[in-house]
Amino acid sequence: MKEEIIIAGFGGQGVLSMGKILAYAGLMDNREVTWMPAYGPEQRGGTANVTVIVDELPISSPIVDTYDTAVILNQQSLDKFENKVKPGGVLIYDPYGIHRPPTRTDIKIVPVEATRAAIEMGNSKTYNMLLLGALLALRNIVPDEAVIRGLKKTLPERHHHLIPLNAEAISKGKELVANYLQA
Amino acid sequence: MEEEVKLMKGNEAIAHAAIRYGVDGYFGYPITPQSEVLETLAAEKPWETTGMVVLQAESEVAAINMVYGGAASGKAVMTSSSSPGVSLKQEGISYIAAAELPALIVNVMRGGPGLGTIQPSQADYFQATKGGGHGDYHLIVLAPATVQEMADFVGLGMELAFKYRNPAMILADGVVGQMMEKVVLPPFRPRRTGEEVRQQCPWAATGRHGRKKHNVITSLELDSAAMEVNNLRLQETYRRISENEVRFKTYFTDDAEYLIVAFGSVARICLKAIEEARQKGVRVGLLRPITLWPFPTEEVARLSRQTKGILTVELNAGQMIEDVRLAVDGKVPVHHFGRMGGIVPNPNEVLEALKKYFPQTGL
Repeated sequence: MKEEIIIAGFGGQGVLSMGKILAYAGLMDNREVTWMPAYGPEQRGGTANVTVIVDELPISSPIVDTYDTAVILNQQSLDKFENKVKPGGVLIYDPYGIHRPPTRTDIKIVPVEATRAAIEMGNSKTYNMLLLGALLALRNIVPDEAVIRGLKKTLPERHHHLIPLNAEAISKGKELVANYLQA
Repeated sequence: MEEEVKLMKGNEAIAHAAIRYGVDGYFGYPITPQSEVLETLAAEKPWETTGMVVLQAESEVAAINMVYGGAASGKAVMTSSSSPGVSLKQEGISYIAAAELPALIVNVMRGGPGLGTIQPSQADYFQATKGGGHGDYHLIVLAPATVQEMADFVGLGMELAFKYRNPAMILADGVVGQMMEKVVLPPFRPRRTGEEVRQQCPWAATGRHGRKKHNVITSLELDSAAMEVNNLRLQETYRRISENEVRFKTYFTDDAEYLIVAFGSVARICLKAIEEARQKGVRVGLLRPITLWPFPTEEVARLSRQTKGILTVELNAGQMIEDVRLAVDGKVPVHHFGRMGGIVPNPNEVLEALKKYFPQTGL
């Protein structure tokens, strides 16, 4: 199954690295993957986004105009990408700082309190892994085991002791969206 | 041994491929969106393993002249930059072409003119394929569309450069430089020894080694008759390259009634648009030139005979379209769709362009 994903937020929220871990997980799961960042000055303080495509078949365009899934971390990105989700797709967003929540009725909208959960976990750096957990619970893109192997590939060895913390954050992210899984 | 599949950016793939190919020297200067080439080389420290020189020069002009010097001694040398930096290199590239030296130049294009934008572009097509610097010369120009081709074209570019003693260029764009996807890197080959360089490059400035006359590398020839002989020799090289080295890839062309011609990452965007057009029963095909010079003129002409119309899609105001029109020679309409300023069109915009120029398709 092909999954076209946009992850968008502020620079510094771990947008690009979340996409990278997802792409590596796809690689570990023997899928085709592309990771296309919006590169440049927006990485430093402005908005940052990355398009990740995971597919069984070779991927033609790394650039698409609509997405199966959007992971949205700030208002600007929500304004920009809400109407880019394909009908029937999923929009995951962190309600922290959102004053105009999404309104579409033809997609599945899932608020994930990741900012609050990261504070509760006592480590703000778990933020993007909480969201990745939520994404993986809602969309069967790659198995958890591939994500852990992807983490091992992307994290330098000196940070490998943080993998259990990241795994915990992924599990916690899955719990946060448990109520949305039935539909 | 099983090949290891890696995930990396196109720019990183170029750096790894250069080390593995046994490149002797890289000379560069940072500029977005190609800085990862130099950054990756610096991180990999090949001077500790293969002995490859990696040098950040004081400017692009210095870097290309270091390439000129390295190439004159028969070494496998390269540089990389992005559009404004490649403009600075043009004098040196012209000298390297005139002196009939092998070298590899990478341009990861960004939007211009001027300092322009750091976002992707293909607006240096004219510069790359029609000379760029002064005088009658051509580069062998390779246009990668995937990270795998970014890696593969380092070796291919070097092979062709040495085969014809002519500089080759990898003309990439910001998309393929910055995106990550799967790549299988080429196997490690040792750098050539001094003796191997002397044998492979008897023309190089490697010392006399018992010969009576030393080799002289120069682009200067004040005797017009002798200079014309030089020009004719270059033209003969270009004729041989044109005859033997045209490369392209076609997709869905067997039954195509309409044809898109696009290169680099844009070809992939077009391919997705074509998949969608075909789902609606419109038979569109794609020709992706891999060598932009020499251009696949004959293949464009051949396909034009079976098609009702051609669309070129480029990240510029319409440059490659001139070569397509020359090949088609007025036999079918040729239209252009392009975005500029660093904007990359999405597949839907390509579909819209097909609809606009070929309304009879009913798209």
